[in-house]
Amino acid sequence: MPPESVSLPAAGTLAKPTDAAERSRTRARAVRRRVLTVNGTRLLVLVVFLGVWEWFSRTGVIDPFNFSMPSQIWDQITTWIMHGTAQGSLGEQVWTTLQEAVYGWVIGVATGVLLGIALGRVRFLADVFGPYVKVLNAMPRIVLAPIFLIWFGLGPASKVASAVVLVFFPVFFNAFQGAREVDRNLVSNARILGASNRKVTFQVVIPSATSWIFTSLHVSFGFALIGAIVGEYIGATKGLGLMVSTAQGTFNSAGVYAAMVILAVVALIAEGLLTFLEKRLFRWKPADPGAR
Amino acid sequence: MGRVRFAFVVLRRAKRAEHRSVGRRGRALTRLSAPGVTLLTSPGMTSNTSPAIELRGAGKAFRTPSGALHTAVRDLDLTVERGEFVAVVGPTGCGKSTTLTLVSGLEEPTEGEVLVGGEPVHGIGGDVGFVFQQDAVFPWRTVLSNVMAGPRFRGVPKTEARERARDWLARVGLSAFEDRYPHQLSGGQRKRVALAATFVNDPKILLMDEPFSALDVQTRALMSDQLLDLWAGTGSSVVFVTHDLEESIALADKVVVMTAGPATVKEVFTIDLPRPRKVEEVRLEPRFLEIYREIWSSLGEEVRITRERGAGHAA
Ligand SMILES: Nc1ncnc2c1ncn2[C@@H]1O[C@H](COP(=O)(O)OP(=O)(O)OP(=O)(O)O)[C@@H](O)[C@H]1O
Ligand SMILES: [Mg+2]
Repeated sequence: MPPESVSLPAAGTLAKPTDAAERSRTRARAVRRRVLTVNGTRLLVLVVFLGVWEWFSRTGVIDPFNFSMPSQIWDQITTWIMHGTAQGSLGEQVWTTLQEAVYGWVIGVATGVLLGIALGRVRFLADVFGPYVKVLNAMPRIVLAPIFLIWFGLGPASKVASAVVLVFFPVFFNAFQGAREVDRNLVSNARILGASNRKVTFQVVIPSATSWIFTSLHVSFGFALIGAIVGEYIGATKGLGLMVSTAQGTFNSAGVYAAMVILAVVALIAEGLLTFLEKRLFRWKPADPGAR
Repeated sequence: MGRVRFAFVVLRRAKRAEHRSVGRRGRALTRLSAPGVTLLTSPGMTSNTSPAIELRGAGKAFRTPSGALHTAVRDLDLTVERGEFVAVVGPTGCGKSTTLTLVSGLEEPTEGEVLVGGEPVHGIGGDVGFVFQQDAVFPWRTVLSNVMAGPRFRGVPKTEARERARDWLARVGLSAFEDRYPHQLSGGQRKRVALAATFVNDPKILLMDEPFSALDVQTRALMSDQLLDLWAGTGSSVVFVTHDLEESIALADKVVVMTAGPATVKEVFTIDLPRPRKVEEVRLEPRFLEIYREIWSSLGEEVRITRERGAGHAA
């Protein structure tokens, strides 16, 4: 054995701690660099998209009357913020829509979860009501919005109603499925440990169905917003949907896009709140192994 | 007639209650003094003769998805005396777990009778504890809350339930983990949570389906000894399913060998090793080896049949 190879391991062990520290530092640097690259590229994509839009509109490649341009949309938004809209301040419009959506969402979620769990737990109810639910679900429910307008008038009630019918079904189906797919072992275990039927429902079925229900909550808040907006679009005295229809009526395409931008911002904030809530509620779950 | 039968049933319950540990005497006595029952309780009748568990020609057939009937167990005749420790061994898939679900009341037999404490099983009785083969801890509850679940389901006040749960967590060596969620535990730790959650209910009838198979060898020996201590203290009747023949001999009074599926009882071996036993020590006794050889000659044949059948299916 050559003498060099004997002295090598010793040198290796000495160098190790600094090596490890160095390696973890380079790794951290690499992670930071990746985050920067991703965010930078994202920004670049947005800038290029808006720039090309603006440029095409200005040079007449696309019709600015139909497609508007980012600068005009921005002007419209600032005008709304500074001087208010035709129906009152912008904040009031956003608030109205949001309120209708939230009411519709809460009612839709509550009834959806309740009936979903009930039908999932009680075989008889599921057998009786199953076909009706299927028929109602097959109907394009957005066409109910005009009917609700006739029933409930121009006020918020008709918008809440259309939000409810949109929210109910996805939540219902998820709650139903969640109640059905409860681990049989867990139910058996709870019953052996002494749980009554009621306790099995509340302490086993509902907790294990919550992750099912929560996945539907995200989607369904979007549906609630759609319900409220469509309701307003058809007929209202206030709200973002009304702003869209007014802008459309005056051939103000920038206004339509601007209202869409505001809507997107509102939806994103709501989504963020829900995600936050979900994280608090699901501490018992292992962290998602698949990277987001 | 109806009146008499009613009284008879109450009497049986009362007798069962009397067999409970001293701590429960108070309640048993109040039951006895119920009107109409005192009349019937002559001193001679208090010696109860009905075994803890009795299977009489019990069988269970499942309906498979294709609609055909699949017999899991058939013609089961088995008696577990009060305070007896019975181990059940048999080839894989023969129907051991199914037998336990019949005794627990989770499933009803399609044939024959299953009696617990002399009465036919209808639904789940309050005296049964069941450690499942599969993981059955509640993932949304912390370790402590999991062990508290049983007493809480049975209406024990929160502080008392917590106290009892802490006591059991200490016994299974998980006190430091009481705030963790199950997904943060190892498989063996989860199993110990399940054991604590079962024992905390003080079951008179303890059904255990390969409870120690997920544990490492050291913990397994420790838990086995603990189980024996516990069982000696409470006088509960145990049915213990295992694949480990050594384990079954070290623990049990009786080892039941089941045939290849659909299972029935093939042979019952009485284990005459003296108690109290320490599982690690009892394994070294010459008598242990004799018993092992004897039972294996019976069990091995069934295992071979099952294996050949499996190979046949695969081919
Ligand atoms: N719910 C069910 N529906 C249909 N068949 C079933 C059902 N449960 C069990 N079986 C069948 O009954 C037979 C016995 O199953 P069981 O779980 O009792 O076996 P086991 O002896 O506990 O096996 P192992 O030692 O592998 O745990 C198996 O063939 C199984 O496929
Ligand atoms: Mg089994």
